[in-house]
Amino acid sequence: MCKQTVLELSVNNHPGVMSHICGLFARRAYNVEGIACMPVNGGGTSVIWLLINVDDRLDQMVKQVDKLQDVLAVGRHDNGHPVFDKMLEFVG
Amino acid sequence: MRLTGAEIIIKLLERQGISTIAGIPGGANLPLYDALAESPIRHVLTRHEQGAGFIAQGMARVSGKPAVFFATSGPGATNTLTAIADAKLDSIPVICITGQVPLSMIGTDAFQEVDTYGLSVPITKHNYLVRSAESLLTIIPEAFRVAASGRPGPVVVDVPKDVQTAVVEFDEWPEPGVPEAGPEIIEAEMRHAASMINAAERPILYLGGGVVQSGASAEAREMAEKASIPCAVTLMGLGVLPTDHPLYLGMLGMHAARYTNLILEECDLLVAVGVRFDDRATGKVAEFCPRAKIIHVDIDPSELDKIKTATASITGDVRDSLAALLPMVERSGRNEWMARVGALKAAHPMIVPEPDSAVSAYGVILKAAELAGEDAIVCTDVGQHQMRTAQVYPFRHPRQWLTSGGLGTMGFGMPAAIGAALAAPERTVICFSGDGSIMMNIQDLATAVENNVRIKVILTNNNALGLVRQQQDLFYGKRYFASDYSYAVDFIKIAEGFGMKAHDLGACADPAAALAAALAEDGPSLIHVPLSPDDPVYPMVPPGAANSHMIGGERHV
Repeated sequence: MCKQTVLELSVNNHPGVMSHICGLFARRAYNVEGIACMPVNGGGTSVIWLLINVDDRLDQMVKQVDKLQDVLAVGRHDNGHPVFDKMLEFVG
Repeated sequence: MRLTGAEIIIKLLERQGISTIAGIPGGANLPLYDALAESPIRHVLTRHEQGAGFIAQGMARVSGKPAVFFATSGPGATNTLTAIADAKLDSIPVICITGQVPLSMIGTDAFQEVDTYGLSVPITKHNYLVRSAESLLTIIPEAFRVAASGRPGPVVVDVPKDVQTAVVEFDEWPEPGVPEAGPEIIEAEMRHAASMINAAERPILYLGGGVVQSGASAEAREMAEKASIPCAVTLMGLGVLPTDHPLYLGMLGMHAARYTNLILEECDLLVAVGVRFDDRATGKVAEFCPRAKIIHVDIDPSELDKIKTATASITGDVRDSLAALLPMVERSGRNEWMARVGALKAAHPMIVPEPDSAVSAYGVILKAAELAGEDAIVCTDVGQHQMRTAQVYPFRHPRQWLTSGGLGTMGFGMPAAIGAALAAPERTVICFSGDGSIMMNIQDLATAVENNVRIKVILTNNNALGLVRQQQDLFYGKRYFASDYSYAVDFIKIAEGFGMKAHDLGACADPAAALAAALAEDGPSLIHVPLSPDDPVYPMVPPGAANSHMIGGERHV
């Protein structure tokens, strides 16, 4: 299996944000393996977790994500994130 | 105050200092046009929304400030997309405000409904689907801030018709949106870069559109002169240094002079400033400046290490960064390197065929430049005429040169020239075009005539898609397929049909005098120059090859 990482994005919460983020990955043919999103701060912003394979385009991807106006912060968890461990229980 | 969404948009545009807007009305943006009718803002009615987009680009490229254009929903919006994508690739701040079907009808396949927001996601710096009239008070200033901050770019604001007509009560106008300050200079990064420059024996400055955008021509020139660093420029960087400057090497890449690419081969340090290592500039990347360390300065961090890994990367405004570097860079003569550069220039000069004829491919460019003077603005379309102009036009100032660099959009030139003339009515605007390109937006000759703008369209006509034909000649066994037109359109009649003055340099006794008369007359003119389809643009680096593998343009060939 490829090495995976989790990107944690803090974003504005409105209907177009997901399409901006997914579009960035889609048009570079960079697959998103897992995705989770929850509103925070009363719904004004959200946190999105993206589970992705690590390849040599990752640094460029992170920079591109960071450039989006609706993305407020980008973090990276190279050792995984519990949100996806929980989700794994549902798909088993 | 009680105003409609449409009135709020127009007032906010006035407060941003917008004085001219190009566009076309339709069902979904009529409230906006109704409000515009009451405003001192001048409206330029185009014949196609792509033309409106390029007019806005022309204004933005000349002024350096965001320009605005309008389109209606559906086909109006889809027609703008090429002009918006073009602005994205060349980092031009334009704001496209489109009408949309009412909120309640979105997603119902309503008449003239298209997903403008979805379509514009990958070709804008940012985009908005406005869902309430109140939010216009934050979105419009923010659109201007986003378009002009950092690396500039296009913004789309899609406004449903019922948002335009909704009435809002509010107390205060928001402050106009202004560009944010660049990132802070990091002293240690500057010291590292300066020490690399001071230690280099054969450095080159590689200057691009970012130098123009940040207004850093003076700093770049000072750096070059202080440390004796020759300067190669990109297509987008033309004008940052006068072409007769002793340190000027011309444009690099696919259609560079031989000496330019050969000198780059030998450099030991490439100081890349406001550039993005485009494939047309670098050729085969692995063989670009093979012996050089790289310093890369750009305001967009995603450009750093994207194509070439730099030895030293600086995220920053180009002007701030060069200004901070300048005192740390040692004055140097670099006599050995200067001598080597001089020798390569002398041994591999730019060969310009028939420079003295006013009816040759290169000669008409040189003659027009001589007649138009150094204040002229120069636009081009895309193709052979564009590369020839980039190769030989004697540029002197930044923002003097408007061309579709990244997207390479045929049809850019003439409407962009109209925009340039609207932004700088006192200057002569020359538009070099080809017969393939001009036909892609020919309808807006009517707009040029209606607005009596001083644009001089110099149409070099080989009745072919010249650069395509040239590639078929060189790389496809001379199989000229779909690159020659079978019918020769009469451009003189076309221009006259639009009410435009027309001059055929191919059918007059003294073409130079006719060109002079055309450039001197008021209003728009079309100047027709028939050429052979077999005239190539040389040198040429084959697509995908290293820049050292140039075809043509040798001396005595």
